Amino acid sequence: MHEVSLMATAVEVAEQHARDAGGTRIRVLRVRIGEASGVVREALEFAFEAVTVGTMAEGASFDVQVVPTLCYCSNCKEEFTPTSVFRECPTCGSFSADIRQGMELELASLEVT
Amino acid sequence: MCQGCGCGDVEGYAIDGVPAVSAQVDSDGALHDAATHTHEHDVDHRHLPVHVSLLAKNDRIAERNRGYFMAKGVVVVSIASSPGSGKTALIERTLHDMADTFEAGVIVGDLATDNDARRLARAEAPVAQITTGTVCHLDADMIANSIPRFDLDALDLLIVENVGNLVCPAAYDLGEDARVVLMSVTEGEDKPAKYPTMFQGADAVVITKTDMTDAAHFDRDAALGYIRRVAPDTEILELSSLNGDGMGSWYGFLDRRLKAR
Repeated sequence: MHEVSLMATAVEVAEQHARDAGGTRIRVLRVRIGEASGVVREALEFAFEAVTVGTMAEGASFDVQVVPTLCYCSNCKEEFTPTSVFRECPTCGSFSADIRQGMELELASLEVT
Repeated sequence: MCQGCGCGDVEGYAIDGVPAVSAQVDSDGALHDAATHTHEHDVDHRHLPVHVSLLAKNDRIAERNRGYFMAKGVVVVSIASSPGSGKTALIERTLHDMADTFEAGVIVGDLATDNDARRLARAEAPVAQITTGTVCHLDADMIANSIPRFDLDALDLLIVENVGNLVCPAAYDLGEDARVVLMSVTEGEDKPAKYPTMFQGADAVVITKTDMTDAAHFDRDAALGYIRRVAPDTEILELSSLNGDGMGSWYGFLDRRLKAR
């Protein structure tokens, strides 16, 4: 459940940005989560409810954008979208250790008032 | 104030000393008439692009740790696994076998108790126990706060034993030089497939408790296959901290890291 720590950080960063912009309430909080990041969407949503209580983001809507995994095959010299946790190149069948996209854990944007 | 339609509060004023409720004017100067000029309150919302990594703070501290360890000439190796895979046993044996070869210290993380620290302290190496309370992983700040417990100038190697957990520690860079993930033969061959994030970030995967391979009906080829598919570039070691089989390959791994510094 490191989702709780991550969410606490997200809210902390969000409050700072909202305050800097002269806002008092965070209405929408959007995050981008990579498919291969190891973070579970449902756990993140649960954590959001828990850690926003008493903050500027209490009652805000929470929007999770899942970023699909994109790997690079060093044999074929091209990117591909893996179909399982085994990042197997659909062209040559080799396994990729080079994840180009899908590890994101990012606070993307806010709507503040 | 409404950013959407441009209406705003008129300067506060009072009538006969009694503060009046502010009237609102629209951007064209006309009095704001909420009855005819309705708008969704969504238009009040201001969009703020942020694009900050949730791990940015941890990653900054981890980089600072890394730079500090490098300046002190200390190689840092972290070890992660599920609970009971033999992290403490491997470290215990390493401290014992290598006592005359290199100076090592250990940071050990657990939710509670200092049992592991007391176990490791028997080897007379400096040990710091981090009890995380409810936190399921170590983070870079915990490592930074443990550094003053050691005389780094006297150390060659610092081993960080993470909290027993194959999920959460994967996300947190500690500032280590190498990340080692353990899986024991008693856990089943498909651990790498079940916890791919942890394994894909490993510089080495160590299969432990090989003395129990037969008793556990461990399918070695299947396990190696899973590891290679999830982490094609990782180094794979197999050993038993109990009978010492394969410990040489582990010491070789550490030695290469120490020589590289």
